Amino acid sequence: MKLKLKIWRQKNAKAKGGFETYDLEGVSPDTSFLEMLDILNDKLIREGKEPVAFDHDCREGICGMCSLYINGRAHGPDDEVTTCQLHMRKFKDGDTITVEPWRSAAFPVIKDLVVNRYAFDQILQAGGFISVNTGGVPDGNAIPIGKEDADESMDAAACIGCGACVATCKNGSAMLFVGARVSSLAKLPQGKIEAARRAKAMVAKMDELGFGGCTNTQACEAECPKSISIAHIARLNREFLCAKLGD
Amino acid sequence: MSNIFSSSIGKKLIMSISGLFLVVFLLLHVSINFTAIISEKAYMAACNFMDTNILIQIMVPVLAAGFAIHIIYSLIITMKNLRARPVSYAVGNEAKASSWASRNMFVLGLIVFGFLALHLTHFWAKMQLQHFIGGHPEEAYKLVKELFGTWYYAAVYVVWVGALYFHLSHGFWSAFQTLGTNNSKWLPRLQCIAKVYAVIVALGFVSIPVYFLMGLDPLFP
Ligand code: HEM
Ligand code: FES
Repeated sequence: MKLKLKIWRQKNAKAKGGFETYDLEGVSPDTSFLEMLDILNDKLIREGKEPVAFDHDCREGICGMCSLYINGRAHGPDDEVTTCQLHMRKFKDGDTITVEPWRSAAFPVIKDLVVNRYAFDQILQAGGFISVNTGGVPDGNAIPIGKEDADESMDAAACIGCGACVATCKNGSAMLFVGARVSSLAKLPQGKIEAARRAKAMVAKMDELGFGGCTNTQACEAECPKSISIAHIARLNREFLCAKLGD
Repeated sequence: MSNIFSSSIGKKLIMSISGLFLVVFLLLHVSINFTAIISEKAYMAACNFMDTNILIQIMVPVLAAGFAIHIIYSLIITMKNLRARPVSYAVGNEAKASSWASRNMFVLGLIVFGFLALHLTHFWAKMQLQHFIGGHPEEAYKLVKELFGTWYYAAVYVVWVGALYFHLSHGFWSAFQTLGTNNSKWLPRLQCIAKVYAVIVALGFVSIPVYFLMGLDPLFP
C-alpha cells in the first residue's frame, strides 16, 4: 500500500505544533496501524530525523495505552477496537491518513501524539477503589452476587481507561470513564460500602481537573473500544445525586 | 446537599428539572393554541381561563423564573464545556457518533429564545399582560388570525418550531438521563417517547399558522 500520512508533530508541551506530511510505500494491508508507524519511524531514524512519539504498550487491546485520533475518529475507522488492533486493510491504497493526538484541556500534549492522561489516575485515586482488610485470600463465592449485577459490573469494568471518550466528546467530558468505574463498583456488595463517598469524590476530582460536563450526545459510547454504555453515566448521575441529596 | 450545584452534575440537574418544567408548560400551551382551530368560541374560553385562573396567575412568574434559570445555566454549562476542548481537531467526524440535535442544543435554544422574545411582545404583552395590569387587552382571536395570516410571521414561526422540535427530541430523553432515571432498557423507549412528544408539540404549533394561512377558519367558526 502507498500512503500519505499527515501527522501532528510537536516538540514538547510548550511548543506550537503543526502537521507534517510523510509518504510511505510498500505497507502490507496486514500490518497493524502501530506497526505502520514503526515502519515510518524506522525510515525517519535512518534519514537522521526525529521519530514520531506515540503511546503504546500491550498491543493486544487490553492495556489502554495506545491512543490516536485517526481521520476524525478515536482509535480510527474500525469499530470496537483500539488503535493497536486496527489494521491497514481498513484503509485504501493511496489514502491520506490524518493522525492527531487526543484533544482535551485535561489531556495536554506532551510530545507529538503523546498526551498526558495522568488526570484519569488522579480521578481513580480519589475514589476508584474498595477498602479491604489484608489477610488470606477470601473464599471464592463467599459473597453471593446475582448474575445480572455481576454482568453489569463486568461490562463496566471492561473500561481500559484509554481516554477515547474524552477525546471524542465535544465537551472533553470524562463522564463515561467515571461512570464505568463508579458503576462497576456500585453494582457489587464490596463496592456498596463506599459508594456514596466514591461518587462524590470522583466527580469532584473530574470537575476540578478541567473535564467538561455531559450533554448526552452518546458520542463516547459510539467510539469506546469496549462499547461501554451510557447507561453507566445514568447510574453515575443517580449515585451522585442520591449521595449529595442524602448529605 | 452541600454545594451540589457547584458540581457539573448538579448544574445539569438544574437544566433537566427546569427543562422538564418547560416541557410540561409547552404541552399546556400547545393545547390552548389548538382550541383556536376548534372554534373561536373555544379559543376565547381558553384565553379567559388563562387570564383569570388563580393557579395560572401564580405559575406565570414561576414560568418566567424557569426560563431564566434554564437559559442562565445553559450559558454557564456551555461556556465550561467549550473551555474543556480548547483545540479542535483538524479532521472531525462527529456526525457518525452523535445526533445533530445533541451537538447543537445551545444554538437551538438561542433560536427558541429569539422567537420567545418576539412572541412575548406580539402576543403576551397584548393579551395576558394587559389582564394582569388592568390595561386593554386586544381581542385574542383577531390578533392570532391577523399575525398568523401574514406569511413572513408564519415563516419565522415555522423556523422556531423546527428548532424547538430538535431541542425537544434530544432534550426530553436527555433530562431523564441526567436525572439518572435511565438504563439500557429505557434508553430506546425514552428516545422514542421524546420523538413522539416533539412531533406532537411541533405539529400542534405549526397547525395554527397553516390553518389561518390556508384560510380554513371560516369552516370552523
Ligand atoms: C420551551 C422552551 C424549552 C424547553 C422545553 C427546553 C427543554 C430542555 C430540556 C428538557 C433539556 C434537557 C436537559 C438535560 O439534558 O438534562 C434542555 C437542554 C438544554 N437547553 Fe433547553 N429548553 C427550552 C428552551 C431553551 C432556551 C431558550 C435555551 C437557551 C438559550 C436552552 C438551552 C439549552 C441547552 C444549552 C441545553 C443543553 C444542556 C446540556 O445538555 O448540558 N433551552 N432543554
Ligand atoms: S497498546 Fe494496549 S490497548 Fe493498545
